[in-house]
Amino acid sequence: MKYLSALAATLFALAIWQGIVWITGLPKFILPGPALVAETWWQNRWLIAEHTWITAVEVVIGLAFGTVLGVVTALQLANSRAAQVLVQPMLVFTQALPVFALAPLLTLWLGYGLWSKVAMAVLIIYFPITSSFFDGLMRTPAGYLDLARTMQASKRSILWHIRIPAALPSLASGMRLAAVYAPIGAVIGEWVGSSQGLGYLMLLANGRAKTDLMFAAMLTLGLFSILLHLIVRRATARMAGEMR
Amino acid sequence: MTPAPDLTISGTATIDGATLFAPLTLNLGAGQWTCLLGGSGVGKTTVLRLIAGLDTGADFTGQIIASDGQAVADRVAYMAQDDLLLPWATVAQNISLGARLRGETVDLDRRTRLIERMRLQDHMTKKPAELSGGQRQRVALARTLMEDRPIVLLDEPFSALDARTRADMQDLAAEALQGRTVLLVTHDPGEAARLGQSIVVMTQQGLTPCEPPHAPAPRHVDDLETLETQGALLRLLREGAT
Repeated sequence: MKYLSALAATLFALAIWQGIVWITGLPKFILPGPALVAETWWQNRWLIAEHTWITAVEVVIGLAFGTVLGVVTALQLANSRAAQVLVQPMLVFTQALPVFALAPLLTLWLGYGLWSKVAMAVLIIYFPITSSFFDGLMRTPAGYLDLARTMQASKRSILWHIRIPAALPSLASGMRLAAVYAPIGAVIGEWVGSSQGLGYLMLLANGRAKTDLMFAAMLTLGLFSILLHLIVRRATARMAGEMR
Repeated sequence: MTPAPDLTISGTATIDGATLFAPLTLNLGAGQWTCLLGGSGVGKTTVLRLIAGLDTGADFTGQIIASDGQAVADRVAYMAQDDLLLPWATVAQNISLGARLRGETVDLDRRTRLIERMRLQDHMTKKPAELSGGQRQRVALARTLMEDRPIVLLDEPFSALDARTRADMQDLAAEALQGRTVLLVTHDPGEAARLGQSIVVMTQQGLTPCEPPHAPAPRHVDDLETLETQGALLRLLREGAT
């Protein structure tokens, strides 16, 4: 049923797309139809696969670093009043800045290759991971803490055995968000400066009026993001308490 | 377990300068069930939390003394209305939570005996969400017993259960906690009349000690004197509220 409705929605979207192409009669370098995009995609499948691989590596490394960094930050924040006072406002402020503006700088600092894109992905997912896990750590049900105190548990033991497990569902939702954001970060990094990756391919195709290839690359990125989201969702199901 | 001590709490508590309870003295007899009966907001839970050494949000001036002169707060076991079972841990893990939190090795034999005593042997590896309310409260009781503390503080532990399960749990707890100094905080006159070896009614005016029925606790639900005591307690509660 779930797959059936997903299929129906996809067909519906394709129909609207094709409909717009027919009604407006736009030339194919402005708006290519689904059939042409599919054909281009198939002809360029190895090229697209190669660039997808590059982007995927950046995203996965970015996700891993961002998650570790976010988890460590959240634990530090939860453990120290001083850290909350000093670091938390800074975190919120950085979130209010358009991190995209940093992309050229990152290329300058970290070079043209992989690491400037990883850094961009990390920057984008760091805040959702940190804040969701931190919120979870601070919202431990008071009754659990009372119980642990009457059992003479140390602060460290309470953190390890009660606060962290109680916060795992929050961390899981942060990671699921991150799975959708991280590819955007990597692609922005590629736009600013790179010679490979889906972002680069999109920019290249756009510049040469190969709009069909641009669409093919963009849809591939979309599919990749959805796939990544599903994988992360599955991987975090136990954390989120959805499996028993 | 060390022998259960007598416990005396005396003092007064204020919240932001407003009096929560006026100077009072409450005695918990060694190895006895004391029922502290009162309506909502009279500070009976505060009294219990003070003994447990938990945050109350109130300023307490006074003292809490055990007859053997030793510290009180690290010799209590605590059970609340919410069973406080960790949803990610199994029944068995929840029962031995205390040892785990203190980094001690779990006494597995003792845990197995308690699981059997609470008739939970078919549920050991289940998560709390798979249990009924009564089963969950039995796990909470097993966890309390696993702590093996001379002083046991019960904060309305049975009030969320249906009437039949509640009566079953009262019997089970009364039997299992025998010989310990127990403080049961409750708003249910029937529960106090069934279980109290000493009954104290707490109202805005202070504490009123009340004669418990003669039959040994847990008393039969249809014991005449118990029912009379229940009525008398309810009358005291209502008079105290006006």
